[in-house]
Amino acid sequence: MTDLSRRRLLGVGAGAAVVGAVAGVGGAYAAQQGSEGSDGSATVGQADEADVPFRGAHQSGIITPAQDRMHFVALDVVTEDRAAVAEMLKAWTRAAERMTVGAEAAPGGVVGGGPYRAPEDTGEAYDLDASDLTITIGYGPSLFDDRFGLADRRPAALQDLPGFVGDDLDPGRSGGDLCIQACANDPQVAVHAVRNLVRMGFGVVSVRWSQLGFGRTSSTTRDQVTPRNMFGFKDGTNNLKAEDTAALSEHVWVQPADVPGDSAWMAGGSYLVARRIRMHIEIWDRTTLQEQQDIIGRDKGEGAPLGQKAEFDALDFATKGADGKPAIAVDAHVALAHESRLNGIRILRRGYNFTDGSDGLGHLDAGLFFIGFMRDAQKQFVPMQRALAAKDGLNEYIEHTGSAVFACPPGLGPDAHWGQDLFS
Amino acid sequence: MRIAPVPASLGVAILLATAACGSSDETTAASGKGPITVEATDTSCTVDRSEATAGTIEFTVRNTGSKVNEFYVYGEGDQIIGEVENITPGLTRSFHVEVASPGTYQMACKPGMKGKGIRADFTVTGATTSQAPDAAMAAAVTSYQAFVSAQSDELLTRTTEFVALVKAGKVKEAKAAFPVARGPWERIEPVAESFGDLDPMIDGREDVVEEGMEFTGFHRLEKDLWDTGLQSDSGAIADKLLVDVKEIVVQGQAVQLNPLQLANGAKGLLDEVAVGKITGEEDRYSHTDLYDFDENVKGSKAAIDALRPVLKARDGALLTNIDARFQTLDTELDKYRTDTGFKLYTELTKDQVKALSVAVDAVSEDISKVAGVVAQ
Repeated sequence: MTDLSRRRLLGVGAGAAVVGAVAGVGGAYAAQQGSEGSDGSATVGQADEADVPFRGAHQSGIITPAQDRMHFVALDVVTEDRAAVAEMLKAWTRAAERMTVGAEAAPGGVVGGGPYRAPEDTGEAYDLDASDLTITIGYGPSLFDDRFGLADRRPAALQDLPGFVGDDLDPGRSGGDLCIQACANDPQVAVHAVRNLVRMGFGVVSVRWSQLGFGRTSSTTRDQVTPRNMFGFKDGTNNLKAEDTAALSEHVWVQPADVPGDSAWMAGGSYLVARRIRMHIEIWDRTTLQEQQDIIGRDKGEGAPLGQKAEFDALDFATKGADGKPAIAVDAHVALAHESRLNGIRILRRGYNFTDGSDGLGHLDAGLFFIGFMRDAQKQFVPMQRALAAKDGLNEYIEHTGSAVFACPPGLGPDAHWGQDLFS
Repeated sequence: MRIAPVPASLGVAILLATAACGSSDETTAASGKGPITVEATDTSCTVDRSEATAGTIEFTVRNTGSKVNEFYVYGEGDQIIGEVENITPGLTRSFHVEVASPGTYQMACKPGMKGKGIRADFTVTGATTSQAPDAAMAAAVTSYQAFVSAQSDELLTRTTEFVALVKAGKVKEAKAAFPVARGPWERIEPVAESFGDLDPMIDGREDVVEEGMEFTGFHRLEKDLWDTGLQSDSGAIADKLLVDVKEIVVQGQAVQLNPLQLANGAKGLLDEVAVGKITGEEDRYSHTDLYDFDENVKGSKAAIDALRPVLKARDGALLTNIDARFQTLDTELDKYRTDTGFKLYTELTKDQVKALSVAVDAVSEDISKVAGVVAQ
């Protein structure tokens, strides 16, 4: 279009505007022209429809249909300046909201600052759409120590997890004052989000540990296919789903009565438990199919509970196998983790497979980065993990190497920003 | 810095100009007075005129669409001359843009905040608005050049002493003099690095010396003193170091810098810390990295100090942050000071190194913004 004069362009545009106002087709015309000139606005409109809303009653990234990729970071606050933390959370809100629609972290962030500034946005997601990006933040128990005057605002349920039998936790992969969970269907989008938020936080926070996840291991909506974990089994069949609104209120969302007084800011939030579970892949791979299935309590091909036929058939602990014993062993993974054995406890799982290269001994450093959301980690995750740590046959093949718990505050209303309620 | 206008040929996208083509609007457009009104929808961007006179230009942007919108004025290379963001549906926002030079710019509405936006050329007429010569900036350069010159002299003095000790075979004394002699070098490293081969000849590490180049300079003597013992050619290497340093002094005293180089130098010195010193790579035989670390920080501070009046006038908040974060870094570094200098890098724990790294990151992020402030 460069051969057209400016006046000509304006003339065409003016005509389109009139048509658009009258007939409602001018928009399409404008978008088409824009596409010819550059990337235009046509794709903008389409991409918008798919973006995950950033604001709402609850943070996105919890019951949002689980995306395929994740970048998770835990951060330590490195300043004693409370106002600086609050300010950073506010700045994060602006950047996160922009990035979740596929925009740069700041207006003109990639090149708009001109040649003499370091670009405000790092640029690797410049040509990518939002890919269902969600950015979820959480506050660790340590944020509520004596540094920032937040001790009175700590919800009673926000406590470090106790040790469990068999834990081999690396302090360098555990804990943290804050966390950011970025999930997207394009790994570059998730990494870009974390990278830019971390950069904005230099001087206020420092990354304590981080984890990349490359494949979801849970479904959080009914129309998603159940994915498989690194053991090759379908994982999350019996997970809580976004459609189970009553169950979510009961098991996932913190209710106002849970957080009276100074901790009321947490109502509508959820506790995130993260566990880096290293799997001894090579040992597992040498295990017979029958033993693998017995340990899990489901068949490997279909994902059906042992003794049943289809994936979503209910678990029946009374069904006997050919040998006259229960088809699902009492210490099978699905039995130990089942609500019927845990006084009705359920959680929303949202974990990811990971492979962090190899361990120097010729084995994959791979496993499951477990993420669970729940209303009270002490009352839900702790008894569940105690039961699993004590009896789960899987323990021969797994090792928990990292652990953290975070209070993810509720979602943001219009004009609200992260930290507003907590630091007010 | 003045923004150059975009060549007209770069204006490739469209503008849905106002449908009203009445004579009164044309009069307004011709005179270029009053705010320019913009109506932004999800698919169109309508302005009431696309010309204005150089100087302060006011825009009033109304979002009648359903998406959050943004409005930009771009210069060459999509550099932002002015922008207003977060215009939520139904909202009207006004903003002012300073355009010093006449020429063709671009306007863009950006419904949904992404993509190139809906664009049109924007013509600025009239005379270039004059900018008073910046005396503070000139003073900053003069002050920093004096610093470079003084450090060059000091480098020569200390290197002369170090070289004499090496040549006398006084290993213990030479070892003590090594990190001290390097101090002034580390303070002006980005300037010194601009003098071509002198940098690798004086400060090259064994693994980064280019093929065909001899391994000479401080680090060769460091290896001799700490690792292999003095060699038959150590004296010759020491002599060459002194010759090279003398050349640096000549060039350092004559160097002509501009304010951007000061800003980039301040950043470059901290980059040196982040990639060379915090990793213990620089002084791999002597492990005196913290000495260099300290001197790099001092050099970075000197550049900021020279620019202080400029920064104070243009972005006082940034300067306050930089000062506070330098203070934090100093406090962290002070933990490792000894009677004679610094602890060895190898004596620090991983957590201690990380704490230093965190403090360097903090100040570096702010220092990276200085060039933009200087250029504005």
